[in-house]
Order: sequence, then C-alpha cells, then structure tokens
Amino acid sequence: MDLTLNVWRQNGPEDKGRMEAYPVFGVSPDMSFLEMIDMLNDQIIRDGGDPIAFDHDCREGICGMCSMFINGEAHGPGRGVTTCQLHMRSFKDGDEITIEPWRASAFPVVKDLAVDRSAFDRIIQSGGYVSVNTSGETLDANAIPVPKPVADEAFSAATCIGCGACVASCKNASAMLFVSAKVSQFALLPQGQPERASRVKRMVDQMDEEGFGNCTNTGACAVECPKGIDLSNIARMNRDFLKASADGE
Amino acid sequence: MTKMLDSKIPEGPLAEKWTSHKNNINLVNPANKRLIDVIVVGTGLAGSSAAASLGEMGYNVKAFCFQDSPRRAHSIAAQGGINAAKNYQNDGDSVYRLFYDTVKGGDYRSREGNVHRLAEVSTNIIDQCVAQGVPFAREYGGLLDNRSFGGVQVSRTFYAKGQTGQQLLLGAYSALSRQISKGKVEMFTRHEMMDVVMVDGKCRGIIARNLVTGELERHAAHAVVLASGGYGNVFFLSTNAMGSNVSASWKAHKKGAFMANPCFTQIHPTCIPVSGEHQSKLTLMSESLRNDGRIWVPAKKEDAEAIRKGTKQAIEIAEEDRDYYLERRYPAFGNLVPRDVASRAAKERCDAGFGVNETGEAVFLDYASAIQRYGKTEGNIRGLKNPSSTEITELGKQVVKAKYGNLFDMYKQIAADDPYESPMKIYPAVHYTMGGLWVDYNLMTSVPGLYAAGEANFSDHGANRLGASALMQGLADGYFVLPYTIGDYLSQDIRTGGISTDSAEFNEAEKEVKERINHLINNNGTKPVDDFHRRLGRIMWNECGMSRNAEGLNKAIEDIRLLRAEFWADVRVPGSDDGFNPELDKAGRVADLLELGELMCKDALEREESCGGHFREEHQTPEGEALRDDEQFTFVSAWEYTGDPKEAKLHKEELRFENIELKQRSYK
Ligand SMILES: Cc1cc2nc3c(=O)[nH]c(=O)nc-3n(C[C@H](O)[C@H](O)[C@H](O)COP(=O)(O)OP(=O)(O)OC[C@H]3O[C@@H](n4cnc5c(N)ncnc54)[C@H](O)[C@@H]3O)c2cc1C
Repeated sequence: MDLTLNVWRQNGPEDKGRMEAYPVFGVSPDMSFLEMIDMLNDQIIRDGGDPIAFDHDCREGICGMCSMFINGEAHGPGRGVTTCQLHMRSFKDGDEITIEPWRASAFPVVKDLAVDRSAFDRIIQSGGYVSVNTSGETLDANAIPVPKPVADEAFSAATCIGCGACVASCKNASAMLFVSAKVSQFALLPQGQPERASRVKRMVDQMDEEGFGNCTNTGACAVECPKGIDLSNIARMNRDFLKASADGE
Repeated sequence: MTKMLDSKIPEGPLAEKWTSHKNNINLVNPANKRLIDVIVVGTGLAGSSAAASLGEMGYNVKAFCFQDSPRRAHSIAAQGGINAAKNYQNDGDSVYRLFYDTVKGGDYRSREGNVHRLAEVSTNIIDQCVAQGVPFAREYGGLLDNRSFGGVQVSRTFYAKGQTGQQLLLGAYSALSRQISKGKVEMFTRHEMMDVVMVDGKCRGIIARNLVTGELERHAAHAVVLASGGYGNVFFLSTNAMGSNVSASWKAHKKGAFMANPCFTQIHPTCIPVSGEHQSKLTLMSESLRNDGRIWVPAKKEDAEAIRKGTKQAIEIAEEDRDYYLERRYPAFGNLVPRDVASRAAKERCDAGFGVNETGEAVFLDYASAIQRYGKTEGNIRGLKNPSSTEITELGKQVVKAKYGNLFDMYKQIAADDPYESPMKIYPAVHYTMGGLWVDYNLMTSVPGLYAAGEANFSDHGANRLGASALMQGLADGYFVLPYTIGDYLSQDIRTGGISTDSAEFNEAEKEVKERINHLINNNGTKPVDDFHRRLGRIMWNECGMSRNAEGLNKAIEDIRLLRAEFWADVRVPGSDDGFNPELDKAGRVADLLELGELMCKDALEREESCGGHFREEHQTPEGEALRDDEQFTFVSAWEYTGDPKEAKLHKEELRFENIELKQRSYK
C-alpha cells in the first residue's frame, strides 16, 4: 500500500511545532505501525534528513512507552491495543494518516512524538505503594488469603501500563483513570488497607499539583485505554477520596 | 598456566553456606551507610529491587535507566511466571529440588553454591511480593495458584496471568518510588551510562549522558552496580525490547571486568515466526502455553507441503497423521522438556521438511485437546447433564481464555489468525543470555567495587536457563543478595569520604566518551545504524544460533570484523549530539554489539563440546542430543579484554560438583 502521513514535528518543548507530510510507499499489511515508521525513518536518514523521534521499547504492548495519537485517537483505531500492536492491515491503500504526540500541559513534548510523562512517576512516588521493607522477612505469602474475585479485580486494575492514553484522550487532560487504577489495586487488597486513606489523598493532591485537568465523566479515557481499565475505578477512588477528606486525612 | 579464578564460594555444607556467609561478612553500621554512595545502573527487576533495598538500608543511591520511567524496563515484558520452592501444591517440591532442577537444567555448567542460595531465597521473594500487594493468580480458596514450566516435574511457578513480569516490576518500582520519595534514591531517567570510571584500581563512578539534552554528566560513588539486562539483541531479531543492549556491560568489560560464557544464549522454542524483512522484533508466546498446548507437525511430508502451500488446513490432518514429536521423543517430560531441547527438536523437524508455514520454519502449538479436556471438567463442575460437544468446546474456550487470554489475544493481533479455532504457528527465537559479566559469590565482577546483578551477570543458569527462573534470579540478586554482600566491600570505605568527580580519571573518561560521540555524529556515512544491526543479526543467527560449527564460527568472526570496519567507515548518524537523538543512542549500542558478537563466536569456537543452549554440531550423540565433555570443559570461560575481541584472554573458573553427580541430561 501507499500512504500519506501527516506527522507532528517539534524540535523541543520551546519549539512551536508544525505538521509535515510524508509519502510512504510499499507498506506491507503485516507490518506493525512502528515498523512502518521505521521504514520511513530509514528513508529519511538515507536522504540526509532528520528522522521522526518517537518513544517505543518492548513492541508488544506492555512497557507503555509508545504513545502516538493517530487520526484523532490515542494508539489509533482498534481497541485494546497500543500503537506498537497496531498493524497496517487496519489501513488501506491511499489512506492519509495523521500522527500527533499526546497533548496535555502535564506532558510537555520532548521532541516530535515523544513526550515527558514523569508526572506519572511523581504521582506514584506520592503514595502508590505499600510501605513494607524489602527484607523478605514478612508473613508467609499464604497467610494473607484473598478471595479470587477480589484478587482478579485488583489484578485488572494493576494491569495499567502508564502509557498516558487516558490523559491524551480526555478533553480536560485528566489523569483520573491512571491514578484510580493504582488506588484501586491497593484499596481492594488487604495489604493496602492501613494506608488506604492517606494514599488516595496524597496521590490525588499530587495529580492536581501536576496540572492534570478535572474529570467530567465523559468516559473517553476508558474507551481508548489499551488495557481496558474500567471506569468503576474512578468511582472507587472518588468514594475513597471523599471519605478520607471527611475523616480529616 | 594461568591461575584459576576464585569464585569465593564459602566453605561448609551446601545448605549452610549462605547463612554462615551472611553471618560472617563485614557490615556497615547504619550511621556509616549515610556516608556511602552507590550507583545502580538499570531499574529492571534486579536494579529496582537493589536500589530500593540499598536506599532503605541507608546508603545514598543514584539509579539510572534509559527509558522515560523505571517502570518500563524490559522486565515488564516477562509473561509466564516466577519460580519458588514453596511446595504449596504439596507435590514434593523443596529447596533441594529447585536447586537440583536448576543445575541439571543448566546442563551442569553453573555453580552449586550460587544456585542453592537462589533456591533458598526464592521463597522470600513470594512473601515479599505479596506483602507489597503484587496480585498473583489465586485459587478459589483464596490461596496462591501455581503452574508448571519446562524441565521440572512439580508445579512451582507463581504467575499473574501472562503479565507476571509487569506485576513484579511494578512491585519493585513501587518500593523504589517509596525510597525516591524519601530522598534515599535519586532517579535519573532517560540517562545512559556511557562508561565506568576507575580510580586507583577501583570502580568509583560513571559517565552518563542525559538523553534529552545530550549533556555528559559525571557521577561518583563508592561502588557501582550494573543491572543493565541481557544482550540478546546482538541477534537483531529477538524477544527483547528494542532498547536492550550490552553497552553498560561492555564498557565495564573494556575496563577490566571479565565476560563469562558469552556464547550461552537461550533460544526460546515458542515464539511467533518471522513474517518478513520489515520485522523489527519477535514476540514470545509464553512457555506456560506448553502446560496445556501440544506441539506437533504433520507426520507425512506431503501434508506438510500441502499446509505450506495453503491447500490443506491443520485441522484437516487426522490424529494418526500428526507427529507430536516432543511426546514421542521425550515421553517423561513431553511438551515440558527444557527450552534448548524443545528448540532443537523444532529445528530438526523443520530442517527435515516438516515445517508448516510459507518459510518452512514453524510448528503447531495446539489447544484443541486442552479445550476439550477443560470443557468436560467445567461441565462436570457446573453439573451439566450430557453437554453437547458445542457446549463443551465453548466451556473449554472460556477456561483457556481465563488462563491465557492475553497471550491468545496477542497472537491473534500479530498473526491475524484465531488460536481458539486453529493451532498457533510457532518457531524458536533468541530470548535470553545466560552469559554475562563474571561475578563472584558476592556478585562482584573482576573489577573491585563493580557489581553485576540480574540478566547482566552470568551467575546462576549455566548453559540453559529454566523458565520462570530469570525473574527469580533478578529479584533474589536485588532484594536479598547484593544489598548484603556489597556491605563486605563497602565496610572498607567508611572513612573514605565522598569521591570527587574533579579528577584526572573522570576527565579522561569523559573525554573518551565525547570523542566517540563526535566520531559517530560527524561520520557522514551512507547507511543507517539498523542496516548494520540487521546484518550483524543475520551472521549471529546463522553461525552462532541454535547450532554451531567450527567452520561457520571462524567465518562469522571474519564477517563481523569486516562489518565492524564498515560500520565505523560508513554509518550515518543524523542530527546533533546536543539534544534528543535516538539514532545516536542506537549507534553507540550497535557499535558495542559489533564487538560482543565477535567474542561470542570466539567463545563458542573454543568450547569444543555441546551443553545446554550451546550446540556444537561436531559434538552430539547418535540420537542428536547435546554431548558434553565434562573431562575438559567443566569450567566457566571468563574473557579478559585485551584491546581486540579476537585477542581476548581466557581465564577459567573450575566448577566443582560436590552435591550433584554429573550425568548425561535425560528427559526421556
Ligand atoms: C518476552 C520475555 C518474556 C519473559 N518471560 C519470563 C518469565 O516468564 N519468567 C522469567 O523468569 N523470565 C522471563 N523473561 C526473562 C526476564 O524477563 C529477564 O531476564 C529479566 O527481566 C531481566 O531483568 P533485569 O533486571 O536483569 O534487566 P532488565 O529488566 O532488562 O532491565 C535493564 C535495565 O537497565 C537499564 N539500562 C541498560 N543499559 C543501560 C545503560 N547503558 N545506562 C542506563 N541504563 C541502562 C534499562 O533502562 C533497564 O532499566 C522473559 C524475557 C522476555 C524477553
């Protein structure tokens, strides 16, 4: 297939940035989206140009590094996949494809399609853990039974890959889905109970400090989430947050 | 004759070595730990857990990773599970059995002392992770579930669906984040270690490059830990993440750290086959799939040909015309033989003309009988009377989905084929490197003050790693071994005071790094970095892959040398060195892989035996199994850099087996 790509080029956080058009020829439907970009970059380099910068690493949908906004959707068309899992068979010959970075003031552009998501790390640092030392001298693992449905629900929340698609998809650039996934994982498990109230307070405060927007319940985040993180996590976090605030945490 | 290397394994009975060692090594008291700085390069399972533990103990830690967050290290991609000798299934598992399986699985080329320690601390890992809130899979009673992995006859693998690495890494990342928030660990993301700095014969820091601004930075410490992962990407196509590389280890090698058994590479039997020239990486289908899936090829060549041409489908092949070759050759272990054995068996069938995709390099991994089996049991559990075969199939699919759903989805996405309906096609691919930096029992390399942990070291897996043991080793090293053993060395440094970066040694190291970057960026060649990387990969896969011979290895060494010369003359690195430039990062890494590849071939050439993943065609039994030579090769090959990989100097560490009898490995 032959395609035209409209790609966001921006030299750094201070640069204004612009769209640029690139024709690509001979794309195989078996290629992944990123392999198609590899092919384009190979050509750009051979022609003496500046290749398109983008983040990627595992290329199997789990590291959360890749982050392209394709034709107006985080990680492009298709549900439950990251950009690296998107295959060119989802497009057809002659298509025009627009590729932009995540857009959110809390995620400044590093270059082209790569953005700075360190705000997410700082939110986790504010309380996204169980305060247990790493001596290994804890209880025997089976001394803490967890009913299977509860464990499964905690696991589902814990599968968030921290890619930021939720923020990019939200018109307010809210990070509620990301934060609530971590809050929920621990809120569901017995190990998370002692710090439950302080954790949600600290993480929500940090989220606000980073400049993420408010949640207005449109649900776009959950639709675009490659891991299917459920909106019920946000509801759980809101309940916990209200309770913690009322209890004076 | 050169002196044998000393592994510093403590004296005493095997089961008491670790405890007595911990009781006897020097400690640094809490007040003095505040005076000591440690650098940890890498934040995968090994690095995150080490940095978190060292910070918690009171050391001042700086941690580095090249991704934009520590949570994205390649460990995140591990799928199937982590081993521990908990014996929760009451199937006769024990520390000894895990130790024994690991030494045997490694084809008797690992150290008894290290492996026993690993088996001992394995149980603490599970306790620790559960305490941190890692959501492992559970049974209906609320207790932890287990599955089986290759090369063992017990069920000791803990898992979280097909995302075990993710959950364990997020656990370690949370412990690390906690120490970052306390100010005990300072985290440097999007930073790459460019070299280690030696002062008075000791490792005293690193030169790092800020990958966003391009600036070079000096970081000093009393000790440096490399937890920078494996080097499978020397093959270009592998299951490793795109950024995985050897540079941190290789830089250390060039400063005096020995590389041990570099040719011991694991080729994983179940990966999605190569589909075309554009391919950038290969995707693993977890070994856990061999719990329930059956591997086969057609028994008749004409059927295989028809399938390759697309005129016949797998499901049209009658049961009696299928060759379940692992079950046939290895009745005792069947589909759960170790990886090296399973991979070679697949290659043997495909080379003989029984492969099942267009390239002839694929075999089937079939879930049809598992779906039936689970469907019937589930029907019974639900009390269905005479369920129809459609009902059984439907129920069976639901069970399989619950166990392996995300893996099946992944397959479907890549191969555009539904594995619930027809068998998956799989083929072996490069997956893991058992070789790595040589370390002693304390995990110190041959350079004083320089440590290596996780996949970056060579220590525990011999010539073949058992499934679900890398995660175990990474966390064992990082949480429970290194934080203690490093104290023995650091106890000498309590009066040293801070190490200055304002020294001739730091100047010199930074200058060298700068010169190399300048060379790459100003080279003005014609070909992108990937061009060279792909070619290197092809040489390595063909000559130093699943089977090797002297002629091919000699040729590979010459080809790699030519390719390396061409790289330095003709690589084109676009852009500049003062900003974000992923091509420049890649160029530096590929330059190092081009040297490592040569050393791997040299190591493979000199090891005139077959063991584990190292299969020399000249050394095999009449049935085509690996033929070890214990008389001559019961040692670790540790290579010293002398200016040229070809001239590397061999040091040997003798492997002594006092508790396990060396045997021809058999899984029949
Ligand atoms: C697809 C896949 C599935 C797997 N499944 C399993 C499984 O089920 N069970 C199992 O036991 N094992 C499994 N493994 C193996 C296992 O995942 C790895 O061996 C293990 O996670 C390695 O951990 P690590 O901490 O040593 O290194 P990594 O996780 O690779 O981390 C390396 C770190 O080093 C950093 N780094 C590297 N170089 C530099 C540098 N120069 N400067 C700064 N930072 C640097 C990186 O940023 C990263 O943080 C699997 C491997 C793959 C590829």
